[in-house]
Amino acid sequence: MYEVRFHGRGGQGSVMASGMLAAAMVEEGKYAVSIPSFGFERRGAPVVSFLRVSDREIRQLTNIYQPDCIVCVDPTLMKSVDIFAGMKAGGTLVQATHQPLSELVLPDSVATVGLLDAVKIALEIFKRPITNTLMLGAFAKTTGVVSLDSLKRSLEDSDFRDAGLAQNMTALERGYAEVVVHRIERRAAA
Amino acid sequence: MTTATLEKAAAAEAQRKQKVILAEGNEAAALGVALARPDMVSVYPITPQSSLVEHLAKLIADGRMDADIVDAEGEHSVLSVLQGGALAGARTYTATCGPGLAFMFEPYFRTPGMRLPIVLTIVTRDGITPQSVWGGHQDAMTVREAGWIQVYCESVQEVLDTTVMAFKIAEHHDVMLPVNVCLDGNYLSYGASRVEMPDQADVDEFMGEKDVNWHVALDPLRPMAVDPLTGGTTGKGPQTFVRYRKGQCAGMQNALRVIEEVHADWAKRIGRSFAPLVEEYRLDDAEFAIMTLGSMSGAAKDAVDEARDAGRKVGLIKIKTFSPFPVEALMKALGKVKALGVIDRSVGFRWNCGPMYQETLGVLYRLGRFIPSMSFIGGLAGADITIPHVHRVIAETEALLNGTAAPTEPVWLNEKD
Repeated sequence: MYEVRFHGRGGQGSVMASGMLAAAMVEEGKYAVSIPSFGFERRGAPVVSFLRVSDREIRQLTNIYQPDCIVCVDPTLMKSVDIFAGMKAGGTLVQATHQPLSELVLPDSVATVGLLDAVKIALEIFKRPITNTLMLGAFAKTTGVVSLDSLKRSLEDSDFRDAGLAQNMTALERGYAEVVVHRIERRAAA
Repeated sequence: MTTATLEKAAAAEAQRKQKVILAEGNEAAALGVALARPDMVSVYPITPQSSLVEHLAKLIADGRMDADIVDAEGEHSVLSVLQGGALAGARTYTATCGPGLAFMFEPYFRTPGMRLPIVLTIVTRDGITPQSVWGGHQDAMTVREAGWIQVYCESVQEVLDTTVMAFKIAEHHDVMLPVNVCLDGNYLSYGASRVEMPDQADVDEFMGEKDVNWHVALDPLRPMAVDPLTGGTTGKGPQTFVRYRKGQCAGMQNALRVIEEVHADWAKRIGRSFAPLVEEYRLDDAEFAIMTLGSMSGAAKDAVDEARDAGRKVGLIKIKTFSPFPVEALMKALGKVKALGVIDRSVGFRWNCGPMYQETLGVLYRLGRFIPSMSFIGGLAGADITIPHVHRVIAETEALLNGTAAPTEPVWLNEKD
């Protein structure tokens, strides 16, 4: 079982990204469940979505409290929400940010980091700061748990208009190509 | 080859044809409706049911579903429109929840009395007030005494399959009653999972000929009084009324058998089986059991597996069919255990416990077994029922087995989350 928690803000498409990723996993023959934490969504308000993937049937339909991986599609969210709550030791962070690794304050549980200046690229592609498909590409490269091809097929099956599909394909590919992946070596506790 | 081998091969073939997709519970419900080929749907959106309505509208707009859709001005009209449709011979469907179900109550109570086989999905939502738009079984539980059949689903796949089966159950001539397919708001309604889509031709064969208004009809060729004034304080009216009510009760009891038959037929033709009334999970050698309803059951099964690995003799009883209450099937299950913990996702205000717990006590009385038991209430207004929550239920129920006195009040699982 591999557990991913998506953090974003209403309107950025993090819930949709979680769903598209789940569809890509299913396309690869795995079992996947994506559960968004929905209420009254407002543009800009913090939102969360939970994704489980496994080779076996997934029975529990619950939120995720100890994720293996956190995908944060918004560069400012880390300041207002504890996105790392419950993260497993040796976990992975895929973060939209223009900052280098040295400027980020990360907990010891983070061992792998994928950083992507997603807002800048999104403004180039969409003229709007919509980062979700960029971050899916970044996720694929950083974690290796899903292939870029499966994500592309998942996008093709989504309800995009033609121009939107082409832009999102570009975003997916650029996210995959331009994410910078770091492994953090930590000294074992004395 | 034996008949059983042939049937197994046919079921495997039916399953091989099924396309694997990712769908949220609301979408799965809409896809199930489309497979059942209704003539008319009427809808009014309400959270967390809204995306179900959007999926239905899209299926119709895309030509994947050939049904009239009536956007009524409110839920009272939605169900009234469908009553007219059903009386004219249409297969009919709607979905609602919470305040929408409350606004629908007048035609809701009349539907089973007229023996109209309408299918209505309740995307369950907790009761207001306090204001809340999140999941909980309070809405469906509140109307459990209105004469509808009510079945609860555990998974997105079960939502899809049960939605199709609901039409078959409702329209069975020994039943002729409306059905609520209850799917949990939030965790099932928006939870997107891998599901297998049954083949349309296989479903068409499963459904057979439609015949929904043979008993009561708005039909100029066979004029009849529909729902005439019945009862009174003198004369034969009350006797007639009793006959109607007894007929309704008989239909409910027949439904227990028909629900089993329809599930067996579905398993044979489509290749997937679900416990129709009551599921027993690791119960045969269990000393005590926990009881669940709806989407909490998956996490509860995982917790039971973990507890078993730790050497604890716990089993699980899941209710699928809540109305009619599956008394016989539950007697069989409850006869196997010596202590019981029941998890409800709603509140029984009258008895200060969960409603499923309170109804289960009646079954224990009929069984003549007075085993220690406890009521747990969790998952209200969107709250999560996780594996750790279920471990607490298992631990406290096991304590009852070892002689701890049962509390007179329910345990509120999310009180200190």
